Amino acid sequence: MAFNFTAFTYIVALIGDAFLIFFAIFHVIAFDELKTDYKNPIDQCNSLNPLVLPEYLLHIFINLLFLFCGEWFSLCVNIPLIAYHIWRYKNRPVMSGPGLYDPTTVLKTDTLSRNMREGWIKLAVYLISFFYYIYG
Amino acid sequence: MSAYNTNFMPPAPNGSQAGLVNGQPLNLQPQQQPQQLQQLQQQQSQQLQQQQAQQLQQQQPQQLQQQQPQHLQQQQPQQLQQQQPQQQQQRQPQQQPQQQPQQQPQPQLQPQQKPPQQLQQPQPPHLQSQPPHQQPQPPHQQQQPPLRPPQKLTQFQQQPAAQQLPPQLTSYPLNATQFDNNALNKVRPPPPLSNGPATIAPPSHLPPQVRPPALNGPTAAPVVNGSNGALSATSSRTASPGLVGSNYTLPSMESAAAPPPSLVSSNMQFVPGPLGATAVPKQTFNRQLGPPMQPQQQPSASPLAPTLGATPAPQQPPAQQPPVSQIANLSSNLQNMNLNPSNSYAPSGTSSLPHKDFRGVAVGLASGVAPLDNIGANALLATSGVVPNMKNPMVAPFNANVPVSRNPASVFGGLNGPTTTVDKPQQLDNQKVTYGVPPVPTAAEQNNNVQRTAAAPPPGAQRPPQWQPPQPNSQMQMKQAFVTQPPLTQASSQVQLPPFGPPPGLDKQQQSTLPPQQPQYPYKHAYPQAMPPQQQPQQQQFQPQTQQQMPMPPQQQQYQSQPMPPQHQQQQHLQAPGMFGAQQVPSTAPLQYQTQGTTTATAPLSVAQQGFSRLWGQDTIDLMQNRHILSPATLAPPKVVLHNQFHESINCSPSIIRCTLAKIPESNSLLQKSRLPLGIVIHPFRDVNSLPVIQCMNIVRCRLCRTYINPFVYFVDSKMWKCNLCYRVNELPDDFQFDPATKTYGDVTRRPEVRSSTIEFIAPSEYMLRPPQPAMYLFLFDVSIIAQQSGYLEAACAVLNRHLDEMPGDARTQVGFICYDSYVHFYSMAEGLNQPHEMTLLDIDDPFLPRPDSLLVNLKECKELVRDLLKQLPKRFAHTHDPGSALGAALQVAFKLMQASGGRITVFQSCLPNKGPGALEPREDPNNRSAKDVAHLNPATDFYKRYALECSGYQIAVDMFLMNQQYSDMATISGVSKHSGGCVHHFPLYQKTKQHMVDSFRQCFKRYLTRKIGFEAVMRIRCTRGLQVHTFHGNFFVRSTDLLSLPNVNPDAGYGMQISYEESLTDVKTICFQAALLYTNSEGERRIRVHTICLPVTASLPEVMHSADAEAIVGLLSKMAVDRSIASNLSDARDAFINATIDVFNAFKIAQNLPSGQSGQLIAPRSLALLPLYILALLKHPAFRVGTSTRLDDRVYSMDCMKTLPLDQLMKYIYPELYKIDVLVYHARNSNLNTTQDEDEDEDETLPDVPRLQLSAEHLDSRSIFLMDCGTLIMLYVGINVPTDVLQALFGISSTAELSDYVYGLPNVASTENDVLKRFVLRLNYDKPYAPLVQIIRDTSTAKGQFIERLTDDRSESSLSYYEFLQHIRAQVK
Repeated sequence: MAFNFTAFTYIVALIGDAFLIFFAIFHVIAFDELKTDYKNPIDQCNSLNPLVLPEYLLHIFINLLFLFCGEWFSLCVNIPLIAYHIWRYKNRPVMSGPGLYDPTTVLKTDTLSRNMREGWIKLAVYLISFFYYIYG
Repeated sequence: MSAYNTNFMPPAPNGSQAGLVNGQPLNLQPQQQPQQLQQLQQQQSQQLQQQQAQQLQQQQPQQLQQQQPQHLQQQQPQQLQQQQPQQQQQRQPQQQPQQQPQQQPQPQLQPQQKPPQQLQQPQPPHLQSQPPHQQPQPPHQQQQPPLRPPQKLTQFQQQPAAQQLPPQLTSYPLNATQFDNNALNKVRPPPPLSNGPATIAPPSHLPPQVRPPALNGPTAAPVVNGSNGALSATSSRTASPGLVGSNYTLPSMESAAAPPPSLVSSNMQFVPGPLGATAVPKQTFNRQLGPPMQPQQQPSASPLAPTLGATPAPQQPPAQQPPVSQIANLSSNLQNMNLNPSNSYAPSGTSSLPHKDFRGVAVGLASGVAPLDNIGANALLATSGVVPNMKNPMVAPFNANVPVSRNPASVFGGLNGPTTTVDKPQQLDNQKVTYGVPPVPTAAEQNNNVQRTAAAPPPGAQRPPQWQPPQPNSQMQMKQAFVTQPPLTQASSQVQLPPFGPPPGLDKQQQSTLPPQQPQYPYKHAYPQAMPPQQQPQQQQFQPQTQQQMPMPPQQQQYQSQPMPPQHQQQQHLQAPGMFGAQQVPSTAPLQYQTQGTTTATAPLSVAQQGFSRLWGQDTIDLMQNRHILSPATLAPPKVVLHNQFHESINCSPSIIRCTLAKIPESNSLLQKSRLPLGIVIHPFRDVNSLPVIQCMNIVRCRLCRTYINPFVYFVDSKMWKCNLCYRVNELPDDFQFDPATKTYGDVTRRPEVRSSTIEFIAPSEYMLRPPQPAMYLFLFDVSIIAQQSGYLEAACAVLNRHLDEMPGDARTQVGFICYDSYVHFYSMAEGLNQPHEMTLLDIDDPFLPRPDSLLVNLKECKELVRDLLKQLPKRFAHTHDPGSALGAALQVAFKLMQASGGRITVFQSCLPNKGPGALEPREDPNNRSAKDVAHLNPATDFYKRYALECSGYQIAVDMFLMNQQYSDMATISGVSKHSGGCVHHFPLYQKTKQHMVDSFRQCFKRYLTRKIGFEAVMRIRCTRGLQVHTFHGNFFVRSTDLLSLPNVNPDAGYGMQISYEESLTDVKTICFQAALLYTNSEGERRIRVHTICLPVTASLPEVMHSADAEAIVGLLSKMAVDRSIASNLSDARDAFINATIDVFNAFKIAQNLPSGQSGQLIAPRSLALLPLYILALLKHPAFRVGTSTRLDDRVYSMDCMKTLPLDQLMKYIYPELYKIDVLVYHARNSNLNTTQDEDEDEDETLPDVPRLQLSAEHLDSRSIFLMDCGTLIMLYVGINVPTDVLQALFGISSTAELSDYVYGLPNVASTENDVLKRFVLRLNYDKPYAPLVQIIRDTSTAKGQFIERLTDDRSESSLSYYEFLQHIRAQVK
């Protein structure tokens, strides 16, 4: 396989996905710390919120590459996640800065468990897609 | 360890800490002298103490008469010693080290101190010989506040280290006798079962139906009742099943005059010897009976033998020994019921029955529930072999109640004693009172009248069709129906039920299918209280049961399944005297409703009866046929019934913590089946009248979960305790086990921590992250033109000026003032200035502090300057024309000002902030105020929230007074209080010309200024393992999953928590919640207030539903709905309310096994009978209503109140209390006569019990006056035809026309009626933070709308009436 745009796309996706995995792991760890009282929710939100948009943008960027090189299957795999990200960000609480997490509500058990679950699921998705990119 | 005394707070309303006990001046001078004199002076002080102690002893009777809580007496002597450290600390807060040297000399004085110490224990401590000391006690017991027995108020005395003991030991001034008494109190058994006096008739052999109802022995039959202490205590316990012989005998207990079981058992664990030996079987026994419900009555069963001997019932035939199998069966039954003898031993026995109970008793209900009790009791007794003693069951309750019955009469209006003849009620019936005032000459009559007047308006309409109208004969009303045991054949034909008993629903079902064939024959009993017992036989009538809708409580059949010998059936006549009190229906409840049983058993009952009382609580009501549901029975919160070792009296007061379920479902799935929300509502910093405050070096806490030791821990042995939250076994510190009173180790049960579930510790230094902050108050005044037009500044400054000295704080207290319009004005009050200097900050976009100091000044040092400033401020801005309001900038500078120390920022805002950071745009569309969907409930910007979070990190709280004229976007700016633990007050349309608003604001602001305050507080809620707090409601910042950061905590703030399951609770019997509030009080002392509540766990769905607490549920639901309407939208929240109600009734239907499908009924458990009523009121509440024009700010404020009001105030806010005060007028006139004739001053001081009415116009009456208590507003609705003399007496006017449209305040008229009314209002206000405004509304006034609007049971143009709402729910319930 020659080194064409598609191959380049997958290499970029691979690298990008590695970053996304790190984001997801950080996300999970952060919420676990919240759950176990290690961190103040204000600090935690301050550290998490700036990372939300980069993660989303990186993911979208990878999919843009897929779009340009016509990797429809990879794109379709990722579209649900993109949709979720957009929906999530539209419904974020009233905030002046970027980000998703509101320190006053982040410790509600509902929110906390939802975020934890979201972190694990995203981690799984990124991992699967990581291996898919390797072999794609 | 210094001694600390109970901290007496004033009666709730004012909350200031003034005045120690009785204001007794204590001679403390010696303690403050130099050390070299100390020894001498200590001797002096000891003498003083001796004298004082003696005086106190003499004072006891007086104090009792004054109805002061008993603990006052106990504490007084101790205060003498204990005030020393207290004063030292108060006066020299920063010089704590100096205390040490002063305290050191004390050990030398030890020998001398001893005598006074013993004096302080007027009743020497010895557990096992109480009787001599008990005799003076009964009055105490009657007056003890049920929830917090005095002994919990133990203070730790500063004690010179006892010689033979480790240096730091606390001495317990508590005297043992009182301890015992109290313990007895807790376990004081209801008399009825065991003390069959000599007059008891032999068992009749007639069939039950024909048997003459000669239940009542002569009146003279001696009642060995509550006041009698130990004997009766033990005797009533005999009722419990015959476990005695088998594996549990405590001979030593008997000889020791039978201390209460819990006491004994705890002793057993520590005291070597026979007691200890006996303890072992008990423990093992309990463990063997593993199932979730332990047979909790077993400890109480032990004293059977002694009591039999002790009770003055020599003629009792020997107890029949039941077959062993029956015993087993019985005990299993008891297990199932989770019997708890301590439950219905109402905290203070018979004598402390609530007034309402008495009235209820007097009313005498034809009841379908009573029969249950009797039958059940019979069954138990029959099997237990105790039965024969019970031949005359009526005697005991009857007599037992006699002393009691006097109480209600005296309480409610100073009326005559209970001994009225049967005829009297009839006379009264004929006696028409023109003014619609029910005459209340006696308790019995009073009840009669209540019923009569209540039922009068629509007599026929309210009755369900099948309902048999009560006969006009008053006898009937005074009677209690009871059901005799069905004939043997029938009983035997019934299926033997499994030990756990069928769900009550089964029986219901059966019963509904074949009602008339029920083998019960309700007798109508004259209620003993109402008439001398000799007359009773004549009044008993045999009346076959034909009432279809009289549901036989399910338990009946359950217990009928045990065949009983006929002679035992007589016991069914046994009345539970107090039981019916709970269900007394003062309002218009149809009699049929009353017959449907009881909820809470507060009566003194025998063990067996208590067991059944739990089941009695499980009666149901068909809401469709009982529209008039509001009654004391339904209003009372469900009782928490605990395991025997945990007497309920040590559980936390329901006014502080209430759980939505008095029994916790054992698993999440069970909770889901019940469809009820699980959560607690808590009022942690409530002003309480007496609070044990202790100081000790190390506060005993669990090492794993950091739980504070509490009354519900399990002491493994003398050195170990097992945490009741995480089950870790911890060691006890040595000094914790030492009981100085007995000079022995091991009796840890005397520690106040173990005796009181609400306690306050003075925290040692490891609880401080920094030195305790001083009180810091910063006031921010909006001085824009709108603010000036409203003129609030004058009132605020005046109140502030007046109460400057009363603000809580010590010598370090600092205050500061900032005004803001378009700019921010600072006031420097530096030393040396003659008058405050104003500095104006023009750059509001980048605010900074003009100078580092002198903006916050020490109040004591600069009081004159502060006063000067407060006088000048209103004038200074009187002519401003600045329309801007730079709230954001002012907040930012305030933050910078307070950053260093933390404290309280009070913001007065009167318009929308429109300048600088945090500027807002008006969002509300005034034309859309009644729209279906309410927008803009969310904050427009997170500026204020972020600000609040920042504040919370620096221990700053922001309180807000919003006095707006127009839309001010409260949803946004209240965020500043919501997340910083502040509070919000709202005075819409405040105008200085509206005097009532000014008054209202003054009251509120005064309370705000002078109430207690806790700084830099955190509150942690701990739950038993398996539960966790799911969501918090209130004003705070959640810092971790169970930790609330409360920069300030105030006594008027309530919180709610939803609880969720982490794991199943199948293997635990009780769960606990512990709320620990760590705060710095205004004197700079770090304190920890700990509340612990313990609740039983159940596996039965019906039990869960029957133990629901409707008020707490409504409180929690309203908080959840606020969240829902903010997160989603209002209509979702409204739907959620309705769905929650429907789900609950659906679940109940399933739980009861009622046939599915629609029927004409809406069956509700008694505990949830009020749920639809409250839900409907919520739907019509300004917070959640749609279709009615509601200003957005008002709505948001209402929602905020839902989140933050403590439950008692919230309920008034949701469902105001409506009273018809004619009774008061009548009482005033009547008591006039009384006082002139009888010269009985005591009774003059009491007020009649005014029945609550449901909020419906059908109760209104043009000839009467009604009072509606909405919490922050009291409305007096004056009918148009109120007699002139009443108007004259109450308001000093001759006709209603003289009342203008808006009248506020009660006029001062020198008349008894006016006086009584004022006292009544005072009573209503007793628990409120401040006295609300009283508004008088004429029938024809334009203000009538305000009153009518709150009649939430009625239909309005856009909402359903209560009945329609019920029909809607019924249609939805499948």
